[in-house]
Amino acid sequence: MKPTNKTILATAVAAALVSVGATGMASAQDGKEKCFGVSMAGQNDCAAGPGTTCAGTSTVDYQGNAWKLVDAGTCESMELPDGRMGSLEALDRDLPA
Amino acid sequence: MNVDQHAFRSAILDPTAHVPDGLVDPKGRAAGKRFDVYRNNVIVSLSNALAEAFPAIQKLLGPNNFSILAGHFVRAHPPRSPLIALYGDAMPAFLETFEPVQKLGYLPDVARLELALRQSYHAADSQPVDPALLQQIPPDRLPAARLILAPAMRLVASDWPIAAIWKFNMANGPKPAMRPETALVTRPEFDPGVEALTPAGGAFVSALAARQTLGDALATASGRDPAFDLMPTLGALIAGGAITAIEEE
Repeated sequence: MKPTNKTILATAVAAALVSVGATGMASAQDGKEKCFGVSMAGQNDCAAGPGTTCAGTSTVDYQGNAWKLVDAGTCESMELPDGRMGSLEALDRDLPA
Repeated sequence: MNVDQHAFRSAILDPTAHVPDGLVDPKGRAAGKRFDVYRNNVIVSLSNALAEAFPAIQKLLGPNNFSILAGHFVRAHPPRSPLIALYGDAMPAFLETFEPVQKLGYLPDVARLELALRQSYHAADSQPVDPALLQQIPPDRLPAARLILAPAMRLVASDWPIAAIWKFNMANGPKPAMRPETALVTRPEFDPGVEALTPAGGAFVSALAARQTLGDALATASGRDPAFDLMPTLGALIAGGAITAIEEE
């Protein structure tokens, strides 16, 4: 007999609770406070997004440069269809006149 | 000094434009160099903001390639809001048409995921429900129950393994294998995290978010995939603190 929705739900609820060790979870969240600016240097986990740290300004604008593979991104190391080897191509049409 | 704002804005975004009329240095000459510095700083600071906003895209392309792309993006889509923390919502659509990255079909969806992560970070706080309450509902009444989901929860459905691509770049995850994934963004404590759901799992959570009952959401997901396994999806919601209330009729 095919299990009914209620059986599937009840089983999944029980299994999911076991899988995340849910009993201790509520208490584990107590006593923690939101902190700002505590990420380790170099970890760059700025989940808050830009503008939330002092970004400052640099003096280099790449406008006018051709699209050239000065450095390779990780796209070249992934083995996905189309994405294989990146194949970023030169963008010549925006070269300065 | 009398400078037309429209002309000023156009000149900021066009590197070949001349100094706007009326903009002069202390000696009354056209303020060429000063204006160039200002124009450069506008573009560079917004490009830097994009690099902070889309770190996975930057890693995928490499920092220099990303800078060039950002320069094009900033000029095509300057900020419309003073809230720079949420700048870049036009990036996914931009990546869909920006010619040099057309071969990287997953880029727009990875950008959508990075936008979702920032939206999640800035979403309202909420208190997760004690998951044990779920178990106290008698099985007979479970199908009619509704789960209320956290304001910080986001879903990004994709034909690509976007959660795996994100983890590969941002969390030392293994190399992604080709499969469709729906990325589930939750904020269990204060920083958002990413979990991969199957498309059917994504359909289940999406149905819950649309206030369907557990029974109806399960039927929706099983319709997508008869072999749908509810447990990992439910586990991800509970572990992510994404369930804030359970409603029974």
